[in-house]
Amino acid sequence: MQDLLYFSQQLVNGLTIGSTYALIAIGYTMVYGIIGMINFAHGEIYMIGAYTALIAITGLATLGVAWLPVILLVALICAVIVSSSMGWAVERVAYRPVRGRHRLIPLISAIGMSIFLQNYVHLAQGSRNIGFPALIDGGFRFGAPESFQLSLSYMQITIFITTLICMTLLSLFISRSRIGRACRAVSQDLGMANLLGIDTNRIISATFVIGASLAAVAGLLLGMYYGSVDPLFGFIAGLKAFTAAVLGGIGSIPGAMLGGLILGVSESMTSGYLSGEYKDVVSFSLLILILLFKPTGLLGKPEVEKI
Amino acid sequence: MATHNLKHALFCAIVTVVIAYPILGLNLVAQGTEIGLEGATPSTIISIFLAAGIVFFFQLFRDSIMGNLGKLPKLNPLSGREPMPAEKRAKVEAWVLTGIIVLALFWPFVVSRGAVDLATLVLIYIMLALGLNVVVGLAGLLDLGYVAFYAVGAYTFALLYHYFGFTFWMALPVGALLAATFGMVLGFPVLRLRGDYLAIVTLGFGEIIRILLNNWTAVTGGPNGIGGIPDPTLFGMEFGRRVKEEGNTSFHETFGIAYSGEHKVIFLYLIALVLAVITALVIRRLMRMPVGRAWEALREDEIAARSLGLSRTAVKLSAFTIGAFFAGFAGTVFASKQGFISPESFVFLESAIILAIVVLGGMGSQIGVILAAIAVTILPELAREFSDFRMLVFGAAMVLMMVWRPQGLMPMRRIPIALNRQE
Repeated sequence: MQDLLYFSQQLVNGLTIGSTYALIAIGYTMVYGIIGMINFAHGEIYMIGAYTALIAITGLATLGVAWLPVILLVALICAVIVSSSMGWAVERVAYRPVRGRHRLIPLISAIGMSIFLQNYVHLAQGSRNIGFPALIDGGFRFGAPESFQLSLSYMQITIFITTLICMTLLSLFISRSRIGRACRAVSQDLGMANLLGIDTNRIISATFVIGASLAAVAGLLLGMYYGSVDPLFGFIAGLKAFTAAVLGGIGSIPGAMLGGLILGVSESMTSGYLSGEYKDVVSFSLLILILLFKPTGLLGKPEVEKI
Repeated sequence: MATHNLKHALFCAIVTVVIAYPILGLNLVAQGTEIGLEGATPSTIISIFLAAGIVFFFQLFRDSIMGNLGKLPKLNPLSGREPMPAEKRAKVEAWVLTGIIVLALFWPFVVSRGAVDLATLVLIYIMLALGLNVVVGLAGLLDLGYVAFYAVGAYTFALLYHYFGFTFWMALPVGALLAATFGMVLGFPVLRLRGDYLAIVTLGFGEIIRILLNNWTAVTGGPNGIGGIPDPTLFGMEFGRRVKEEGNTSFHETFGIAYSGEHKVIFLYLIALVLAVITALVIRRLMRMPVGRAWEALREDEIAARSLGLSRTAVKLSAFTIGAFFAGFAGTVFASKQGFISPESFVFLESAIILAIVVLGGMGSQIGVILAAIAVTILPELAREFSDFRMLVFGAAMVLMMVWRPQGLMPMRRIPIALNRQE
């Protein structure tokens, strides 16, 4: 019983982290699916989302607003607006001019953008990590009080529910809406979609905006869950999310969700049963192994190289 | 058309304010245990709106601005000139390089100790950048974990000294060879991957090495690092005031001159200079050899190169191994210069700086890379009050270079080989 509770605790923690990885991973996978580049600055967009949310929460606290749903909603909206504008601007400034050139050129441009954004926030807000107020306290506890208890906090439940809502909305958007249909068309064949009258530049911008919005949601959730933010907060999370996207098969949206969950669970199992220090080693090793043995990921389609 | 432009310009200006104002204009400050919000100075706010205004007018009149830019007279008066003939060029280059090396040899004896120390650091970066230039510039393999090999070189020296009492000269080849071995072992499986996947895998590898160094406290000292790494000796002569190891003599006593702390710094500088020159010459030689041409061929068109019978794995692996080898070199010198190393020195940012040097200098171009290494290391020292902005400028420079001049400031020139008809 003890062991089972401990195992379920790791599972819950893993699924919590994993679902936020999945939210960030969507941004990588959609951009990769459409223009075939790794948006290295995506982790920074997520970090900016977390910062904006914190700024909004602090601002509301200064103004004296204390009703939780309003605080969360305003923080969410601010984070989404700022992050998606950032995503749009980054695509416009750093990626559109180099689109279609040799593969490494957009990637180097993206790395430069990532360094730039990290230092932009670092200079504006300082390099210390700043405490994020715990707005959602408490939770359920299972098990006998004198032994190990499985705790399921309201924060974790909020993360699950928000992620679920975002994923459902995204799936509906991609499968039903006009822009979603255009997105799918562009990811299948950019040139052909262009010929058929789809404004591909617009669709690519839309992809960046969608990815950035989901990253902003993840930024708010993870900021509250971890309880602090700093300018380097996005780098590792971005790398993890990229791993999740590759694990599930890059370019595939359900793959990103699956990959995020698997990665989150395997990480929390490592911290629970081995040592917390090596959880990053496990996820990076996982990334290397997948790329070596199954570069298409779990749900990805094999890519045929055309000559 | 005009209204469309107006709408677009307005949208761009609003986006500028939205992305700049919350982050720049509202600062989070800690007030005891609580955090508060503080408005930025009026000058910041004014500059945000000024920036938005500039974006607005640029976007509004973009078509005419871009049109007029093309009509501007060429600013560079030399741009229309014929390039120098290859033979003359090679001669001039050789003279310039010899001049620089001679100058670099005498230079430490006239400037201050701090300047020599900085110059040693510059030389270490030159070695690293030349090594990475082989991997990224010549072979076209984007390696984001290059700093891992640098760390292997530095830690090899530190650990071999710590546990087995190795000296600098014994550790130098071992460190470089071990780094090369790491390069080969990592390279063998991953070089099959496509360019951008390779970049991410090497990034992951670099992080794994750093995390291992940080957490394997029993051997590497973890975050505390390893200290007391010895300086190099000259034929068994030490540069300290007193001889540390038995059997060694001290430099100032042997030559009967007064002790000076500068001897050590200058000696280390000269070692770094010799190693950097060796690195440059070896790589220059390799570039002209079949293997160097194979690197470029594979970078330009992998399918064509393979169909001409080049082995993809062997060619890429050789580039990766050679790059790692020189990183190991640089790492050993670095460990000796600092006397203390810790995982802090081998973070991803360091890889990004070396990559920025290669990109700014011009991928594949040796002279460009050397000049970029000098500029990137020295400029922040000269403008210390702006040192916080260093990485910001790097990031922006990387983006701008990719957009406007992906070939770098001094693009690579192919070294021609003339074949004379046999009589």
